[in-house]
Amino acid sequence: MAQDMMKKVPVREQAPEVRAHNFEEVCLGYNEAEAVAEAERCLNCKNPMCVKGCPVSINIPGFIQEIKAGNYKGAYDVINQSSSLPAVCGRVCPQETQCEGKCVRGVKGEAVSIGKLERFTADWAAENGIKPTVTAEPKDKKVAVIGSGPAGLTCAGDLAKKGYSVTIFEALHKAGGVLAYGIPEFRLPKDKVVRHEIENVKGLGVNIETDVIIGKTLKLDDLFKKEGFSAVFVGSGAGLPKFMHIPGEQLNGVFSANEYLTRSNLMKAFSEDSPTPVMRGKKTVVVGGGNVAMDAARTALRLGSEVHIVYRRSMEELPARREEVIHAEHEGIIFNLLTNPVEILGDEKGWVKGVRCIRMELGEPDQSGRRRPVEVQGSEFDIEADTVIMSLGTSPNPLIASTTEGIETDRKGCIVADEEKGGVTTKEGVFAGGDAVTGAATVILAMGAGKSAAAAIDEYLSGKD
Amino acid sequence: MYEILKMKHLCANNYEMRVKAPRIASSCLPGQFLIVIPDPEGERIPLTIADYDREAGTVDIVFQTIGASTYRMAEFKEGDSFSDIAGPLGRPSELTEMSEEELKSKKIVFIAGGVGAAPVYPQAKWLKEHGITSDVIMGFRTKDIIFWEDRMQEVANVHVTTDDGSYGRNGMVTKCLEDLISEGHEYDYCVVIGPMIMMKFACLLTQKLGIKTIVSMNPIMVDGTGMCGACRVTVGGEVKFACVDGPEFDGSLIDFDEAMRRQTLYKTEEGRKLLEFQEGDTHTCGGRK
Repeated sequence: MAQDMMKKVPVREQAPEVRAHNFEEVCLGYNEAEAVAEAERCLNCKNPMCVKGCPVSINIPGFIQEIKAGNYKGAYDVINQSSSLPAVCGRVCPQETQCEGKCVRGVKGEAVSIGKLERFTADWAAENGIKPTVTAEPKDKKVAVIGSGPAGLTCAGDLAKKGYSVTIFEALHKAGGVLAYGIPEFRLPKDKVVRHEIENVKGLGVNIETDVIIGKTLKLDDLFKKEGFSAVFVGSGAGLPKFMHIPGEQLNGVFSANEYLTRSNLMKAFSEDSPTPVMRGKKTVVVGGGNVAMDAARTALRLGSEVHIVYRRSMEELPARREEVIHAEHEGIIFNLLTNPVEILGDEKGWVKGVRCIRMELGEPDQSGRRRPVEVQGSEFDIEADTVIMSLGTSPNPLIASTTEGIETDRKGCIVADEEKGGVTTKEGVFAGGDAVTGAATVILAMGAGKSAAAAIDEYLSGKD
Repeated sequence: MYEILKMKHLCANNYEMRVKAPRIASSCLPGQFLIVIPDPEGERIPLTIADYDREAGTVDIVFQTIGASTYRMAEFKEGDSFSDIAGPLGRPSELTEMSEEELKSKKIVFIAGGVGAAPVYPQAKWLKEHGITSDVIMGFRTKDIIFWEDRMQEVANVHVTTDDGSYGRNGMVTKCLEDLISEGHEYDYCVVIGPMIMMKFACLLTQKLGIKTIVSMNPIMVDGTGMCGACRVTVGGEVKFACVDGPEFDGSLIDFDEAMRRQTLYKTEEGRKLLEFQEGDTHTCGGRK
């Protein structure tokens, strides 16, 4: 096969018309030959820009060189030095704005497919029973991690590798946080990938206690006073879903993306065998343009609905990961861009029957630098729908801050933590990171925060001796 | 694992359970709820805590079989365990936050409708432990479905009423309250827990009588920790999440018609799952399979 070195080795995917009707993973990943061919494209730069683009600073050229040499175990060991969740990151990181966005190959052609190579390495390791290991001597200090999402798992994994005794407290009945309840099966398989990565973290000696809601079941202070922990990392994630506060939002058939996705992902409502109900609409409108909106839209599609995404800006500003948008389009999701809902319309029984929208145009740039959408007067029109899914982001869950003295929050309710110093909060011994601090962001940013918090906690506890 | 220490069929489709859950038992207060997960792949069922014993580390719950998941729960036996119970969730009853003087100055009546007797009990018991004897109206449709009358009598002055007059007083709880007042009882604080329709009419009456009234909302919930927004309730024109802002709210501010409509959201879906559960593969409902 003659390879065009300017282009990525294409990755095999389920055909759109097939995958639109199942929950199997869309992207099938590289096989060995494809991975080696793609690895050949890496220029092994002396000053690798890709590493600077990675929130957890994986030695990217390092692991790619190992793949090139056919030493996949070596590749895994390189990644393992920096990341506890490579099978996850290879699948859900927004590579185009991070590592791949900085790749020199990308200047003239297509960037090296770093994400797909990471995924290949992690999947190869899983298939060959290779696990991360602890090399440090055990320490006699206990660290509590609140939340088992990407921030918590990373922080716990790193601390365990340093020899600490770590317990993760998870509020839900399954570990994984957003990896379990938020990101759908077809993008991140739960058994094959998420559970396996969690087992790896447990294999490092991390203890995970589910069904413990810190702030309710136990107070954060109890962790220090009663349970004997010396430091706490708060990675409790995003919280309460936002709504638009437009008329009709309380009608039957209006859901938050969190609810819709939790029912389907965590509680397996997509499967006919599950006792959990989920609304299987005929025509669904998803409001929003982030990754969560794409996930909700593609879930609704797979549950048998026609799906419209309504987003108030244009395709250019759509914040979702590029691959998800392309996948969604191929699967037949209809994008109503520069459109904003003004009212949800209901029938006489109080069920959704449509969404009244207004057209938007882009005006002057706002604080975020994106051009601000402005309503076009008199351009209202209706979209017929029986289901509306609001995917507008979340505001932080107040459970921990409101039940713990000394933890400051900002105007938005996010925990105040110094990201430069590994997430130190205003309370001694308490560190925080991920969505609980930044508001809704990405898996990899949360992992980056978990990682730097682990380093800061290690420093803090070492200083206490 | 959370061991079931006691499983009792109360009456009709109501069951009582005592479960070992030391952390919940040590931190819960009246008014809070927990979430039981009978099947790890299935639903998270919110149930108000009906009693707790901090020393023994146990909590009591009462539930009604209404959907596939609760029918499954009814099949559990003593000695079985739940893999998951989470709690306590929600805010405690505001009574638990009042000073003793404030409590003593109040004339409190509870109105419990049907299975609502269970969540009323720990509140009345808590008051009793703080030296206050409250009145409790326990309303049931008919004699056969009465439960916990004795248990409630140990902590409060109980007035049982049945809709059909087959036991105790005759009539709905609203009539009972009016009767008690005309018999000379005085109340200035009321807590109503029961079916949504009953809470609605009880609130209409207490508003007319000028009695401050608290209700405990039981909307559809998923996570119960403020993540999903399924439990949103309109309170005084504002959207609140019952799981973190409630479950107790000022009854005069609740949009009950909306809350009742939202409760029916999964009625057909739930019905379908229930039929599948009860009838197995023989049931196809003419739909997908």
